[in-house]
Amino acid sequence: MATTVDARGFSCPQPVILTRKALEKGQFPIEVWVETATSRENVRRLAEKAGCKVQVEEIGGEFKLTITR
Amino acid sequence: MSKLNRFFASRWGVIVAGAVIGILAPLLQKWGNPKNMGICVACFERDIAGALGLHRAAVVQYIRPEIIGFVLGALIAALIFGEFRPRTGSAPIIRFLLGMFAMIGALVFLGCPWRALLRLAGGDWNAILALLGLIVGIAIGVWFLKNGYNLGRSYRVKPVVGWIMPGIMVVLLLLVIFQPAFYGLNEDGSRAGPIFFSVKGPGSLHAPLLVSLVVGLVIGFLAQRTRFCTMGSIRDVILMGDTHLISGVGALLVVAFIVNLILGQFSPGFVTQPVAHSNHLWNFLGMTLAGLAFALAGGCPGRQLFMAGEGDGDAGIFVLGMITGAAFAHNFNLASSPDAVVEGVLKVGGPSPYGMAAVVVGLVVCGIIGFAAREKE
Repeated sequence: MATTVDARGFSCPQPVILTRKALEKGQFPIEVWVETATSRENVRRLAEKAGCKVQVEEIGGEFKLTITR
Repeated sequence: MSKLNRFFASRWGVIVAGAVIGILAPLLQKWGNPKNMGICVACFERDIAGALGLHRAAVVQYIRPEIIGFVLGALIAALIFGEFRPRTGSAPIIRFLLGMFAMIGALVFLGCPWRALLRLAGGDWNAILALLGLIVGIAIGVWFLKNGYNLGRSYRVKPVVGWIMPGIMVVLLLLVIFQPAFYGLNEDGSRAGPIFFSVKGPGSLHAPLLVSLVVGLVIGFLAQRTRFCTMGSIRDVILMGDTHLISGVGALLVVAFIVNLILGQFSPGFVTQPVAHSNHLWNFLGMTLAGLAFALAGGCPGRQLFMAGEGDGDAGIFVLGMITGAAFAHNFNLASSPDAVVEGVLKVGGPSPYGMAAVVVGLVVCGIIGFAAREKE
């Protein structure tokens, strides 16, 4: 089952903490929504460090990161 | 552009940013800034508070162009790379309070995390106590974060909101360029208002305006691109074992140390270090308070300036809180006095009893905020 993490509006480290919780639950793919480029990079770094693949889309000035194993 | 973007986001990007700061800060000292204070975000905001007459400590009054440059440099980078995002609404009044107490803690130590690193790189071992305090304060903040602390979401707002802080910086720049004297001059040649510039003490020591401004712009630009943050570097290690940001902070420390050696600015010891005191307990506790406040607010004082340049109104409020905190720190006699040698006898500086009380109050208030702003799962 897929997981969605809506971290829009949260500043770091919140998006990273929320993503990490989702990674721990392990229900892939995980969709993470963030608003700033900083959060996008931090979430991507976390997921890649955990050995996951990350795909980024920019939609209406927001970022959707799709994390898969 | 995307190649450049990838470089800035990489570990080498943040290392280069740290190294550039490590070169420029000691050079600013050589060019006129106070000793071991090539850059100090807290001290410089305190000087701005004084220049605006918000406090009247005559030795620490100057509109520091570095601070203006930090915000405007970050603004330029954010505009070029499409990252200017006006936003606010994440508990601004709490951020104001956190900014105030962060400043009070920093002024009990006599420096922000940036200056703690630069003091260490200049041989001021008191900075070790401060950095230990900073780590402890951030660790407490991480504990709150792990237990659900957050200040809520911010929201996208109209562009004008994001332009307020850059606008304020432009006004400060005009004030330091034109130096208006609405009341004329005092007998000693100092200004009587609306702005006040120190004629002696640390506030009177500064690099040429244009040099300070350009250095500030360069650092603001690089730091916006690389997300350089002293608090975040320690937080990320404690929270996630992530060493990305701390490699930049490490680069700053190592490079500043080498540049200080080259420039003959390295002078090791504990006592009578420039604009510093050797009261170990309060160096430690002052920075514990600052570290906790920075952690709860999500950025060191430099990073708050850079985010303010990106249009983050909450970071802007934190900065205004710090400037207000500086005014209180001097008006209420909370800021520490430096070590001094009086008639050949060492007088160890440190905070007044009021400063000590303020640190304790600050820790309690930050603790209450940390507990009260937890989100139940």
